[in-house]
Amino acid sequence: MASITLDNLGKVYPGGTRAVGGVNIDIADGEFIVLVGPSGCGKSTLLRMVAGLESISEGEVRIGDRVVNKVEPADRDIAMVFQNYALYPHMSVRQNLAYGLKNRKTPKDEIEKRVAQASEILQIGPFLDRKPAALSGGQRQRVAMGRAIVREPAAFLFDEPLSNLDAKLRVAMRLEIKELQKRLRTTSLYVTHDQLEAMTLADRLVVLNGGQVEQIGTPLDVYRRPASAFVASFIGSPAMNLISASAVPHLPGTAHAGQIGIRPEDLSVTPDGPIAMNVLAVEELGAQRLVHGKTGGERITITLPSDAPLSDSMNLSFRPDALHLFHKDSGKRMD
Amino acid sequence: MKRTIFSNQLLPWLLLAPQLIITFVFFLWPAAQAVRQSFLREDAFGTRTSFVGLENFAYLLQSPEYFNSLKVTAIFAVSVTVLSMGMALLLAIAVDRMIRSTRVYTTLLVWPYAVAPAVAGILWWFIFNPTIGIMPYVLAQVGYDWNHISSKTDAMMLVVIASAWKQISYNFLFFLAGLQSIPGSLREAAAIDGAGPVRRFFDITFPLLSPTTFFLLVVNIVYAMFDTFGVIDATTEGGPAQATNIMVYKVYFDGFIGQNIGSSAAQSVVLMILVLILTVVQFRFVEKKVAY
Ligand SMILES: Nc1ncnc2c1ncn2[C@@H]1O[C@H](COP(=O)(O)OP(=O)(O)O)[C@@H](O)[C@H]1O
Ligand SMILES: [Mg+2]
Repeated sequence: MASITLDNLGKVYPGGTRAVGGVNIDIADGEFIVLVGPSGCGKSTLLRMVAGLESISEGEVRIGDRVVNKVEPADRDIAMVFQNYALYPHMSVRQNLAYGLKNRKTPKDEIEKRVAQASEILQIGPFLDRKPAALSGGQRQRVAMGRAIVREPAAFLFDEPLSNLDAKLRVAMRLEIKELQKRLRTTSLYVTHDQLEAMTLADRLVVLNGGQVEQIGTPLDVYRRPASAFVASFIGSPAMNLISASAVPHLPGTAHAGQIGIRPEDLSVTPDGPIAMNVLAVEELGAQRLVHGKTGGERITITLPSDAPLSDSMNLSFRPDALHLFHKDSGKRMD
Repeated sequence: MKRTIFSNQLLPWLLLAPQLIITFVFFLWPAAQAVRQSFLREDAFGTRTSFVGLENFAYLLQSPEYFNSLKVTAIFAVSVTVLSMGMALLLAIAVDRMIRSTRVYTTLLVWPYAVAPAVAGILWWFIFNPTIGIMPYVLAQVGYDWNHISSKTDAMMLVVIASAWKQISYNFLFFLAGLQSIPGSLREAAAIDGAGPVRRFFDITFPLLSPTTFFLLVVNIVYAMFDTFGVIDATTEGGPAQATNIMVYKVYFDGFIGQNIGSSAAQSVVLMILVLILTVVQFRFVEKKVAY
C-alpha cells in the first residue's frame, strides 16, 4: 500500500513527439484513480512511466516516499494488467500466477497459499492447470487480475484491461474490479478511453487531453462542473450540447463566452420555451429517448422519457443555473 | 479448403504436368537409377556389369573410410548447425531490440544468402588461403599458425565457418520473424514480474521461439549434410587426409573421381534414407506443434 505522486511529469519520445507534459497528480493510499481521455492523448505513456516501462523525460514519480524515476519495474512494487492480458502462453494458469513470486524467491508454501487465495477470490480454481489458450476472454482477464493480486503490490496499474471483452462481460468485469479494489484497498491507477467505465470505477477522475491534465475530480464533480469545453463534451453520455455563444446573443453574462453548454437532461419541452428545435431524428433507448434536432445552425440533443409526446418542432426551456459557460479563448469554465 | 471441380478431366493433369515432369526427371528417375546401381558392380574397365545384391552395402559397413566419413559428417553438421543458428539468434536478438532500424538491417543481412555456395566457398578459400589470405596473416599476428591444407582441424574449421556463414542470414530472418511475433507486453509483464533480461530470455522468449528453433534445426542439419557440396569442393575437396570428406562429397568423389559407381550409388541410397528419416521427424513434430 502506498501513495503515488506524479510531479510535473513529462515525456518526449525519441522522435520528438511530446506525449505528456506537466502532469501533477497526488494519489492517496488506497485510492482508485482513472485516467481517461481520447485515444492518443498519452494515457498509456503516463501509466508506463509509472510502471517503469517507459523512461521519464521530465519531472518525478514517487511511490510512497521513494523517487522511482531510475528504479527497475520489478523493484517498484507495482503490478500491471495489460490490455491484451500478456499471459505467458506456454505456462499453465498456475505457473502464470506463481511466476512473479518465484522470481522473488518466495517460499513454495507461501506461493501455494497465495495462488490458492487469488484463485478463490477470482474463481479461477478450475482452470489452474490449463494453458491460457484454453480459456475464454473473461477467464483470461481474471487470470491477468490474479497475476496482479498474488503479488500483493503497493499499487495496481491497469491499461484498458476491459477493452478486449464484449459489452456485457465488460460491464460485469467492471463491477468485479471495483469490488475487488474496495476489498483489497490497493492504490490503483486505471487507464481507459471509455468515459462510462471511468465514471463508474473512479474515486477520482483525471481527464487528459493532448498529454495535459484538463481536470481532476470525483466523477460527479467532473460531470456537474466540467472545467473546460473539452471535458464537457467528453464526459457524459449523451454528450453535453455545446452551442456557439454568438447564436444566443441576448443571454446575460456571456460577453466572453465562446461556447455555452447544457446537458441533454437539463432541457425540457415547454410550449413557450425560448429555444425552437426542429426534430431531425429520434433514438429509442427503452427507458428514455434521445431527440436530436437543430436550432438556428446548431445541433442539439435532448433526453425525454420514452412516453413523452413527439412532434416535428418543439420549444425547449432550461433553468439558468444549468448552463455551463466556457471562455472563448481558453475554452475554460467561466464561473 | 475450397474444392475446385474441373469439368474437363484433362485440364488438371495438364496443370500438374510441369511439376510432375520436373519431379520425375530430376528426382524420381535419378533416385531409381541410384537404387538400381547400388545393387550392381562394374568391372575395372566398365565393360561388364553384374548383380551383386547387398554386397555394395556390406562393403560400405566394413569400410573404415566410410565410418570416418560418418564421423566427419556428424561433427560437421552439428558444428555448422550450432554455429549458424547461434550467430543468427544473437544477431536477431540484437536487431529485435532496435526494432525501428530493422528494415535496414534485414536487407543488409540477406545478401550472403543470395551468394551461391560455390562463390561463398571460394571467397572463404581466398580469405583463409595460407599464402595469400588475410585471415592466416591476422591469426599469425596473434600467434596461431593457420594452415587448412595440412591441418585437419583448420580444414574442418574452414568448411564449418564457410558453410555456417551462408546459412546465418536465412536463420536470422526466421529468428527475427519469430522474435517479432512475440508481443512486447509479454516481456514487459515478465520484467514487472521480477525477471531480468537473461531470465526473460530463457523463461519467455526462448520457449516461445521453440517452433522456429526446431524448424531451423532440421533445415540446418539437412543443409549441412546435403547442401554443402559446393563449399567443400571449392575449399578442401574433402582433405586433408579425409578430414572434411563428408558423406555427400564422398558420394561424388567415389563415383566420379574414383569411378566406383556401385559404392557411390549405395552411399546415395543411405543418404536418401537419412533425408527420409529427417523429413518424417520434421513432419511429426510440426504436427505435434513443439512446446505450447
Ligand atoms: N514508442 C513511441 N514512440 C513515439 N511516439 C509514441 C510512442 N508511443 C506512443 N507515442 C505517441 O505518444 C502519444 C500518446 O500515446 P499513448 O500514450 O499510447 O496514448 P493513449 O494510450 O492515450 O492512446 C501518441 O501521439 C503516440 O503516437
Ligand atoms: Mg493506450
